[in-house]
Amino acid sequence: MLGLNNKDTSLFLVIIVLTILAPVLLNPFPTESTLAQFNAGYPDLMQKFVVFGIFAIGFNILFGLTGYLSFGHAAFLGVGSYSAVWIYKLFTYNVIPALILAVIVSGIFAVLIGYVSLRRSGIYFSILTLAFAQMSFALAYSVLSNPKFNLTNGETGLQIYANDLQLFHREGLPDFPHLFGLSMVSTYKLGVGPWEFQLNVAYYFCAIMMILAFYFAIRLFRSPFGMMLRAIKSNQQRLNYTGLNSRPYMLAAFVVSGMYAGLAGGLLAVTDPLAGAERMQWTASGEVVLMTILGGTGTLIGPVLGAGFIKYFENIFSKINDQVLHQWFTFLPDGIEDVLVAIVHPFIGKGWHLTLGILFMLVVIFLPGGLVEGGQRIARLLRRLSNRDKAADATNVSAE
Amino acid sequence: MSKNELTRRSMLKAGVAGLATPTVFAGAAWSFTNDPQGGAVTLGFNVPQTGPYADEGADELRAYELAVEHLNGGGDGGMINTFSSKTLDGTGILGQKVEFVTGDTQTKGDAARASAKSMIEKDNAIMITGGSSSSVAVAVQGLCQEAGIIFMAGLTHSNDTTGKDRKANGFRHFFNGYMSGAALAPVLANRYGTDRKAYHLTADYTWGWTQQESIANSTEALGWETINNVMTPLASTDFSAYIAPVLNSGADVLVLNHYGGNMVNSLTNAVQFGLRDKEVNGKNFEIVVPLYSRLMARGAGENVKGILGSTNWHWSLPDDGTRAFVQSFGTKYGFPPSQAAHTCYVQALLYADAVNRAGSFNPCAVVEALEGFEFDGLGNGPTLYRADDHQCFKDVLVVQGKENPTSEFDVLEVVEVTPRAQVEYPADHPMFGGAEASLGNCNPGA
Repeated sequence: MLGLNNKDTSLFLVIIVLTILAPVLLNPFPTESTLAQFNAGYPDLMQKFVVFGIFAIGFNILFGLTGYLSFGHAAFLGVGSYSAVWIYKLFTYNVIPALILAVIVSGIFAVLIGYVSLRRSGIYFSILTLAFAQMSFALAYSVLSNPKFNLTNGETGLQIYANDLQLFHREGLPDFPHLFGLSMVSTYKLGVGPWEFQLNVAYYFCAIMMILAFYFAIRLFRSPFGMMLRAIKSNQQRLNYTGLNSRPYMLAAFVVSGMYAGLAGGLLAVTDPLAGAERMQWTASGEVVLMTILGGTGTLIGPVLGAGFIKYFENIFSKINDQVLHQWFTFLPDGIEDVLVAIVHPFIGKGWHLTLGILFMLVVIFLPGGLVEGGQRIARLLRRLSNRDKAADATNVSAE
Repeated sequence: MSKNELTRRSMLKAGVAGLATPTVFAGAAWSFTNDPQGGAVTLGFNVPQTGPYADEGADELRAYELAVEHLNGGGDGGMINTFSSKTLDGTGILGQKVEFVTGDTQTKGDAARASAKSMIEKDNAIMITGGSSSSVAVAVQGLCQEAGIIFMAGLTHSNDTTGKDRKANGFRHFFNGYMSGAALAPVLANRYGTDRKAYHLTADYTWGWTQQESIANSTEALGWETINNVMTPLASTDFSAYIAPVLNSGADVLVLNHYGGNMVNSLTNAVQFGLRDKEVNGKNFEIVVPLYSRLMARGAGENVKGILGSTNWHWSLPDDGTRAFVQSFGTKYGFPPSQAAHTCYVQALLYADAVNRAGSFNPCAVVEALEGFEFDGLGNGPTLYRADDHQCFKDVLVVQGKENPTSEFDVLEVVEVTPRAQVEYPADHPMFGGAEASLGNCNPGA
């Protein structure tokens, strides 16, 4: 289907079904139950899942296929956000022009940074991209936010004010990013029994974008171009000795990857019309590396899983406080309850980084292929178990 | 097989009917966002738990928990007893039990908005409060305006919060940079003379900029000269590179527009460089920290002795409200509250009272109840929530680091209580966005 082989088609269909049903699947616990704490099916987090999914898919095109580790990808994310918000400020709240500009500007940025950085490989490439990203961060944070020329509004972040120009904005259109009048904040709340599912416009818009981005990534992975990128990863020197100039391929991969990041940045501005400099900081660049490695480098679905995993921890675990813990352990005697709370305390709330760090270590040590490898191992185990059952059945039959 | 046995088919039918009956409803059925249902109301406490303002955030959270306890009738009631409005009776808000959720702003706009959004979308919070950074407060205030939620700002001192970035759904009890300048400048002129050259180090974001502008303006009006202003990134931890040039600049006063961990580090660096022992232009070199807090003073230790600054409130004030609050906070946590804790506690009470007086959780009704509200007994003397910009007006304290502290909490002493009249300004003051700044309309959301 759509030029995909059978295996990819089924993977693609799984992704489509999962993203469409996410508001239901991520809300397994009834709203009033104590476990509702772990529900992830609210618009903001679901939007983050798909937007950072796009970011990680794009990053994986560079890192997974060519092995070039960019440590400055957040720069493109930030550039995308700023471009989108400027469209809001100057022209219209419609998201289509905002996204188009976000992708174009981040693409231009990627050409400039890539052209210089790709002259080196390995650690030198990583350091160069990191340097460029930190430069962009410094520019956005302070240099370009002075009162005379305020492009980024510094630490406060670029926002939309009532007295902004907004040339094509007229009465009757929502005062929020919209798709031809359909406001991105609108949410339909579907109550089914004790559950409540939130179907949000911005989420579905971002989800469609991610499905498209995912489809494009599959095609790219399976194309001759993708094969060439893999050849660069396995041995760039040998490739060069065959008389082939690998640099244009590298630059193309870098720019595509940067445009993915720009799209993700633009989508962040779609869900929330604000762009801040911290989106470009090196921690944000590091985060996408973590997402990709955690999910499974070079796999199609891995980066999306990794992005979801990290965002889930950031948003769910950081909100569990001692009060909540006491509620959970309330059935225990007081002394034991306090001890248990004291033990769990460092790993929740502001300690979510610690929990994530431990899990990251476990994954890297025991599952070098990331979460995808974990899934494969489980599948293999199940298959072996069922084979053994069949074999046992077979022997039983023959014994009779 | 008997006839009335349940079959798989009939079970399914019944199940589908049970699921599909009238429970399906649309979101638009309510008149405002997150109308509390079922006897409990959820407040969202969004404070920095990591980053340079983590100390303040931790203290704010303590204050909020105390406020919730008092609102629900626990503890000794704290300032509810001294509050001039008497609608709070320990039965929660409008008879609904108060519950809360917490989140970490990480002192980053994005993280703070994500955290606030999850409170609104997932936990159905009716009001968001907190923040210990003006950029975060401005970002979250904007979000609450869009979402139709009331935002009760915590510790935010930038002029912009109720200046050019003011919003109809946002309210600030804390004072601001302009008030600090207006209160501090006369004391500075009095003590250090009117012929001084000031060098500013300023945290590079909305709060630093507006405070620097305010202090420079007020001191220049009294004859001082501002010879340089250097911006430092909020995330800096070492300021020695910024301090060294001060020595050769010809300045005789260093103004540190820093707060929290930043101020602790920059002041420590400045003292280590021996600035306070220097004599420039025939005068003793002085350091000024316009926005002070006890937590910072404690962090900086010995270095704060004799250094002037301003605060919103201090636990050693003698009025009834302060005494009641310090009493119940001290009983619960074992040490006196900071000004961050105070302003957050007061904001929680003011919100609860406004809802009670309005008789509704509807944000627009709450806005109406708070606008122009005059109250007393919350530690700052008679206070007004001005309707034009949702800023509280009250006395401002000028304080200095104590020379002989009696305990680790007794590090600041009040030098002067600047009366409210001296720190007032028109709502369309140029430092507050001028005539263009407007609150917009209150937004009740869905």
